[in-house]
Amino acid sequence: MTPAISARALEKRYGSTTALGGVDLHVGEGELVGLLGPNGAGKSTLVKIACGLVRPTRGRAEICGAKAGSLEARRRIGYLAELFRFPGWYSADELLGLHQRLAGSDGGADERTELLDLVGLADARDRRVEAMSKGMQQRLGIAQALVGEPSLLLLDEPTSALDPVGRRTVRLLLEELRRRGISVLLNSHLLSEIELVCDRVVILLRGEVVSEGSPAELSRPRGIEIETDQGTTLYEGGREDVPRLVDELVRAGRQVYGVRVLTSTLEDTYLEAVGGETS
Amino acid sequence: MSSVVTIVGYGLREALRRKVFAVVLVLTAGFLTLYWLANHYIFKDISGISPPGGIEPRPFAGAFVFGLAMFATLFLGVVLAVFLTLGAVRGDAERGLLQPLIVRPVGRSTLLLARWLGAIAVCTPYVLAVYLSAMLITGLTGDWWPDNIVVPALELAGGVAIVAALSLLGSVFLSSTANGIAIFMVFGAGLVAGLLGEIGHALSSHTLEHAAKVAAWAVPFEALYQDALREITANTTGLTGFLLQLGPFGGANTGGPAVRLWAIAYLALVGVVAAYGFSRKDL
Repeated sequence: MTPAISARALEKRYGSTTALGGVDLHVGEGELVGLLGPNGAGKSTLVKIACGLVRPTRGRAEICGAKAGSLEARRRIGYLAELFRFPGWYSADELLGLHQRLAGSDGGADERTELLDLVGLADARDRRVEAMSKGMQQRLGIAQALVGEPSLLLLDEPTSALDPVGRRTVRLLLEELRRRGISVLLNSHLLSEIELVCDRVVILLRGEVVSEGSPAELSRPRGIEIETDQGTTLYEGGREDVPRLVDELVRAGRQVYGVRVLTSTLEDTYLEAVGGETS
Repeated sequence: MSSVVTIVGYGLREALRRKVFAVVLVLTAGFLTLYWLANHYIFKDISGISPPGGIEPRPFAGAFVFGLAMFATLFLGVVLAVFLTLGAVRGDAERGLLQPLIVRPVGRSTLLLARWLGAIAVCTPYVLAVYLSAMLITGLTGDWWPDNIVVPALELAGGVAIVAALSLLGSVFLSSTANGIAIFMVFGAGLVAGLLGEIGHALSSHTLEHAAKVAAWAVPFEALYQDALREITANTTGLTGFLLQLGPFGGANTGGPAVRLWAIAYLALVGVVAAYGFSRKDL
């Protein structure tokens, strides 16, 4: 199976600044991968290389088997930039029509209707971009990225301007895309969001991958919290130690009211990986 | 091909929205009104003027004032071309408008070509319309008509097409403001070089003439403009022809088919450099 993204030893330098220092990244077909890291870690550069906006200094990136940036690769992707703007005088429908023509999509009005429906903008079909809130524009941006049924969706901070309801809409949309087998590389600062929807998480720091795995793999056991008639006590161990601990407590005459296995959150893992670094 | 048409339409709609056409149309209406007034007063009393021997007042006044109109036509065409193209790459990229388009399966060179075609699709008819309007005003008011009509019109349009290409090239490397300033400075420098050539010709200064020739070849919109000026009085001889050549709107130290061929080659060269620069640009 050809991976959606296959990047090896990817390097990018801007003058003396190293944005990426030899990154390997693999996004499988239908996989939803979250990209995390502090500002300046190289996340946007990595996404831009994948969609052909930036040329790598060294290394190679392939999109569905084609060289990143080639016409063939660009036929397979949908992209929403972190800082994007659509011409204000276009209506939502016209904008999607423009991108259909550029993407060579023959989906016509049906595709536009479906996409606007998918991002919750069915009622704003004829509304001009300049009359939309930032959140609506961001959802329109996601719809635009989905024009032409891409195999890979590259989303750079797609929920930065969305309210909680808008974020939920996007989360549900991402889950729907996974069901359809579309691969997604999601660059976001919202850890909870990534933890909820992503199959795998890649953490970048100063242009290098410092941690990688599924949210479950990245979480570490932090002990077992057991509530008894003598109060709540934290015990060392993992899920497998629960029966033994409860048995010991019951044998010792304690009344056990509750047990909670504690694991680190993605936020804990992230902070550990980046060492509290920010910019 | 459909991508080119789509981007041409996108660029034109953008210009329409930014009221570029409205501004240029108002400027043009103002210019043509003033130009008609100037012609009216110049030719009203021309039969009563007795210039020194050998100078024919009507061709002299007609060619002079129409040369002025050609300068204005070129200038207005250049304004239009520059405002249609000055932010096509870096300007649009800085505003986040370009990225959603450029990730589509459309070649970067196709995008540049489409933006240039969009610009000249507007500028060429515009330049031809203003040129013909000015010619009709002078012809009907003063009963003077250029010796050649078609070639100068095409050369002016060609000059504007070159400026549009230079502006697109500049947009790959410069921000919108810097590019606009740079292109107008290059345009101004070309015209000044042409005037210096005229002065050099009058003073028999070969150094000035040579400098003007080099400048005209370096920025061939100036050479085309000079050649267009030469063409409108190509059959005017004697002292009248000599005085018209002294300028400032007489021109033609550089001209002929070589300039036209060089202009085409120059256009292709600018296109290649712009496409190469754009292909290597990180957005």
